[in-house]
Amino acid sequence: MKKLIYTFYICCISFVGHAQQTPAINQSKSILIKEVTIHIGNGEVIENGFVGFENGKIIEVGTKTTEKIYEETIQGNGKHLYPGFIAVNSTLGMVEIDAIRPTNDLNEIGDFLPHIRTIIAYNAESKVVESVRPNGILTAQITPRRGRIAGTSSIVQLDAWNWEDAALKSDSGLHIFWPRTYRRGRTSRGEDPLVYDQKNYEEEVKDFNRFMREAGIYQQKTNPKQLAYEALKNTLSGNQKVYLHAKEKRQIIDGIIALKKHGIEDIILVGGDDAHLIIPFLNENKIPVVVSRPHRLPNTDDEDVKLPFRMAKKLIDGGLLVTIDLSGRMERMNTRNLPFYAGSFAAYGVPKEKAVQMITLDAARIIGVDDQLGSIEIGKDATFFIAEGDALDMRTNLLSHAYIQGRAINLETHQTKLWKRYMEKYSRK
Amino acid sequence: MKIRLFVIISFIAFVGYGQSYFPTNTGVKTSSTHYQAITQVTIHPVPSKEISNGTILFRDGKIVALGENITLPKNTIIHQNEGMHIYPSFVELQSDFGIKTTNTPSGRGRSTQYEAQRKGYYWNDHILSDYNALADFSYKESDAKELRSAGFGVVNSHRRDGIHRGTSVLIALNDMADESLRMLNTKTAQHFSFTKSSQSSQYYPGSIMGAMALIRQVFHDSKWYAQGNAKNKDLALESFNENKNLPALFETNNKLDVARAVKIGNEFNVSFVVTASGREYEQIDLLKDMNATLLLPLNFPKAFDVSDPVSTQKISLGEMRYWNQAPSNPKVVSDAGIKFALTSHGTKKEDFYSHIKKAVSYGLSPEKALLALTIIPARLIGQQNQIGQLKIGAQANFLITDGPIFDEPTKMVENWVQGEQHIIEKTNEINIDGKYKLEIDGVEIDIDIKNSISKIKINSKKDSISLNTKASVKGGWLSLQIQNDDKMSYAQLNAKISDSEKITGSGVNFDGKSVDWTLNRIGNTSKQKYSFKEKKNPPLSQITFPNVGFGFKVKPSSQNLIFKNATVWTNEADGILKNTDVWVENGKIKEIGKDLSATGVNEIDATGKHLTSGIIDEHSHIGASSINEGGHNSSAEVTIEDVIDPDDINLYRNLSGGVTTLQILHGSANPIGGRSAIIKPKWGENADKLLFPGADAFIKFALGENVKQSNWLSFSRFPQTRMGVEQVFVDYFQRANEYKKEWSVYNNLSKKTKSKTNPPRYDLEMETLVEILNGERFISCHSYVQSEINMLMKVAERFGITISTFTHILEGYKVADIMKNHGVGGSTFSDWWAYKYEVNDAIAYNGAIMHSQGVTVAFNSDDSEMSRRLNQEAAKAVKYGGVSEEDAWKFVTLNPAKLLHIDDEVGSVKVGKSADLVLWNDHPMSIYAVAEKTMIDGIFYFELDKVNNQLIEIEKERNQLIQQMVNAKNGGQPTQKIQKKQAKEFHCETLD
Repeated sequence: MKKLIYTFYICCISFVGHAQQTPAINQSKSILIKEVTIHIGNGEVIENGFVGFENGKIIEVGTKTTEKIYEETIQGNGKHLYPGFIAVNSTLGMVEIDAIRPTNDLNEIGDFLPHIRTIIAYNAESKVVESVRPNGILTAQITPRRGRIAGTSSIVQLDAWNWEDAALKSDSGLHIFWPRTYRRGRTSRGEDPLVYDQKNYEEEVKDFNRFMREAGIYQQKTNPKQLAYEALKNTLSGNQKVYLHAKEKRQIIDGIIALKKHGIEDIILVGGDDAHLIIPFLNENKIPVVVSRPHRLPNTDDEDVKLPFRMAKKLIDGGLLVTIDLSGRMERMNTRNLPFYAGSFAAYGVPKEKAVQMITLDAARIIGVDDQLGSIEIGKDATFFIAEGDALDMRTNLLSHAYIQGRAINLETHQTKLWKRYMEKYSRK
Repeated sequence: MKIRLFVIISFIAFVGYGQSYFPTNTGVKTSSTHYQAITQVTIHPVPSKEISNGTILFRDGKIVALGENITLPKNTIIHQNEGMHIYPSFVELQSDFGIKTTNTPSGRGRSTQYEAQRKGYYWNDHILSDYNALADFSYKESDAKELRSAGFGVVNSHRRDGIHRGTSVLIALNDMADESLRMLNTKTAQHFSFTKSSQSSQYYPGSIMGAMALIRQVFHDSKWYAQGNAKNKDLALESFNENKNLPALFETNNKLDVARAVKIGNEFNVSFVVTASGREYEQIDLLKDMNATLLLPLNFPKAFDVSDPVSTQKISLGEMRYWNQAPSNPKVVSDAGIKFALTSHGTKKEDFYSHIKKAVSYGLSPEKALLALTIIPARLIGQQNQIGQLKIGAQANFLITDGPIFDEPTKMVENWVQGEQHIIEKTNEINIDGKYKLEIDGVEIDIDIKNSISKIKINSKKDSISLNTKASVKGGWLSLQIQNDDKMSYAQLNAKISDSEKITGSGVNFDGKSVDWTLNRIGNTSKQKYSFKEKKNPPLSQITFPNVGFGFKVKPSSQNLIFKNATVWTNEADGILKNTDVWVENGKIKEIGKDLSATGVNEIDATGKHLTSGIIDEHSHIGASSINEGGHNSSAEVTIEDVIDPDDINLYRNLSGGVTTLQILHGSANPIGGRSAIIKPKWGENADKLLFPGADAFIKFALGENVKQSNWLSFSRFPQTRMGVEQVFVDYFQRANEYKKEWSVYNNLSKKTKSKTNPPRYDLEMETLVEILNGERFISCHSYVQSEINMLMKVAERFGITISTFTHILEGYKVADIMKNHGVGGSTFSDWWAYKYEVNDAIAYNGAIMHSQGVTVAFNSDDSEMSRRLNQEAAKAVKYGGVSEEDAWKFVTLNPAKLLHIDDEVGSVKVGKSADLVLWNDHPMSIYAVAEKTMIDGIFYFELDKVNNQLIEIEKERNQLIQQMVNAKNGGQPTQKIQKKQAKEFHCETLD
């Protein structure tokens, strides 16, 4: 005990987070989970089902009982089993404590940074990363945040010794933050804080197009090597997804048309606060949407006071593929609220299982890992968890087990330890 | 229009005003004793009187006589102005005419300045009551001309710098004289504002509420100083006292500040003349009730340029309505019977006259308009005997117009100031408007002249082909420059105008040869001057409560109704009651039971729904114009109650999430923050109506990184460590104790001794702290780590007080037992952490642990977004730490009510309590729950099923207004660029 307390203090003192939980050992035994309600992730639910997995992969899914023999059996007792939730457009592990600049590795300077990669700065041992797992978030896309072209995102699993272990898919997405139609106003000249500036916007769009054109031409030759253009090779050859971060209608349309002109087809819209106004356009161009989280305020005074909550339903009803954008104020610590974002969308019209699908299979499809993740299907990674009940509801999002690639991960965190430590203190009286 | 000046003796202007006892060095002493008279005019000496075919006689700048039959002395210079109208020149009260702009002191580096730099004056540099505008006054002819052209003859000028700006001077806009005559008064009025002086970097006051507190303190201090109680000399207070009986003018920046200025005036029995915002129509009843006196600007906004639909989407309906409704402001104010003068402040001088006419076209009576420009402003500064009306002995300041002054086509022609003619509309003596034929060397050119008496317009045609022609009339000479149809050669011609039938002159022809030429009149042009189209104002948008998109068309009223068959979360011993009815009457819960019904009482079917008491947010920063007063490490003198912003859309958004009571807390910029406001978000009511009636008084304290200023580059303010924070509290409580003693000794003196003893100084800050010591005001303290939490409890105990609430209290779980013993509650975030170092150990189990140890626990938002879904936050107490659902629900209802000492009125569903209720479509802590109806005091302030209709109405009105703006633009009215209004979001750390 003494030693434990000592360790605890060490952790407190050094504020650059240290993972409290040691990564789990590889799955060595075949495991059967039975008598669970399985939320497949594709909208279907299996009551009284079972899941068998071995060597990190799902080998069986069904109802009632199986013929196969497993080395270990877990009684589900009617609990609920879900595919691990997937955090898209997240910055987990990139900043530990917001106010402390030395812990911030998120914002690189420069406008065109396709060569910048989040994966090498991803802190697999972040205390914030650890804190999201007990809520069912087991996979995350780690994205950059600054620059017109901000760099590449990678997809990580959340139980790792280091970024290399964590990486499921490195540099799989390129992130473009489309120019804004307004600029910061010069308040000293009596301007409003934000001023719509068509000219400035057009200039910035032009700069972007110029850069992309140059990059395109660059691919025809090899010397001398230029880092930034070189980094766009995958993008321009169609081997990398491109995430267009844009909110307003004009930005979205301009951005998509421009990217298509540069030969980019695999485009995903991130944010898309006006997306509901241009559903046919998005459908026509087959653009999935990573929709802004419902826990945000309407953008204008006259906007539907419930619009942030109603967006997902509008887009899904329109036939679009949708997952949830985690970005926003306090986004890292709020990552653990991802299931509740999905639940909030369900409160405003998205069917409950569709809401689950948004952050499982549809998320996996959008970020391109649905061959491996996102649903409880044979052959996929055994990345799932068991909850007391409805995992989208706070009251029943209580995890007893969670597996990442078959590894039974520890659901304790810095926070649960402190909880237990102080409850123990009070129990002494 | 034609003016003939029969006699022009210009030298009068130069010699007329020599002072009799001044020596002359330029010749023999000459002085004018002539009279001047304007005859055959319609005189409007006061708005309600009219003398037709009158004469006005004046000498030495003053009116000698006026009326119909005036016998003119022989030595009178007569100006016949047949058909013209004469009005008193306008009086401008809000101006900095002739005053140098102040310079901002050069950079003092990065460190903030907390102390005053003026020595021997008030402790705050922004109180410049010793300043008199005369010190820097320098008459500026170009500005005078602008003002005269707007109709003004006299301006009250002050330096627009500081919170107390000192005193003003009254100046006649007479270019022909010097200060010896122009200066009508050298100390006319005192001037106030809420804006700091640019000459000092002293940080305090850093907010509007700080400025309000400072003004109050000045009033208190000046009284105390006048009694001779101060040991030191304070030149600012001495001047303040000297001038305290002068009229007091108050400049403000927005509609809420207008009411705030009036409020302060009323507290101290000072009738401030407040420069208004132009949006008084939005709170007209309030201003009337407050008995406000206003100086109304005519700052009508331009229409937005709505040509781009994308950016048009970003203008709020409220802003569009402002454009539509603003011109009606003067009428509304006038109709409400509020005393007001008009000012050109905030309006381009060249637009002022047309804006008055616009106001008149929107229903302001011409008589009221004229009063508000002349007699009323004159009276407001006590100068009605010399200015503002035409009467014997008054200044000969008058306007000559060519028609009734506010008729659309009327022009101001001359503005006489102190009996001196100042021309506004430069007129040429002879009107040569008409069609002419010009012959030059056999070439015939048709010439069409319009508007020759002011700005001449000319069209010329050769064989019906237009020629480029420029023309000007100056000093009775007409100049023409005609470009030939080859676009290469020019004819240059000029002529002295003596006859409008035939104009002859000389010049060069297209070949460059000298020629004589003649313009022969062949006909009339249409009289453009009188062809003004009847302008039609667009229909006015309805004013809503508040006057924004989601405002109510009619203020909602209290309901007498029964919620039928609901699942009722009582928060009382009854627990959760199924299939239960709740009867609401007169804003209160009348009865709870089964099968309730009464004739004439509406019923709402709540089958399958949940009815709870409204959500109470212990920690919010919405609905306020400022949050932090960080200018001192204690700001107990400021109060959020002063700065409630009832129009904040976030109040409505909170209602949509079931919030019915909030504590608007001061921020965490300093250890002792400001007093808080407990409000109900009664959307559509004025600020004061939002305040929770009879609620206990609270104040915000703060600990930790924010008060140490750890997370930004600030190293100069004490305290910089938690050690220092402790001492700040000890110091202030200590001083408050002494202050209290001092007063109680004084108050207990016998009447006789008292009259001979100097009273202690009345200190708003100390008064507040004494309230805390007396148990009349309660502390809600922003806190994070256990050491500081423990420290404050110990300090409080030393001074015999109990901290009421620790807010944030993220490490409360570590000291829950000590908190319980002290008797303090904890209002925390459900799951926020990792945003700064002191929340490293913030855990989501905090609420549950504190609760388990018997601490009263609440979950708060500190965030305009989260406050809309505190029901979800309550559910997190179930998840993190296993709090029972019933107890978890109390975290956002009954417990915060207890922490705010309002649990006898709100916080549960109990007979006799306020009907602050929320109807949910589901279990209120289910993630799928949506608030369908939110009721405060029996009034529905939010109903989900009405939102769609509201959105349709908003869209419809927006489109109407966009159409109106398109029409305005097409009609030639100027427009403004669209800018995105970004409402400021306040959090604890917002420094404002």
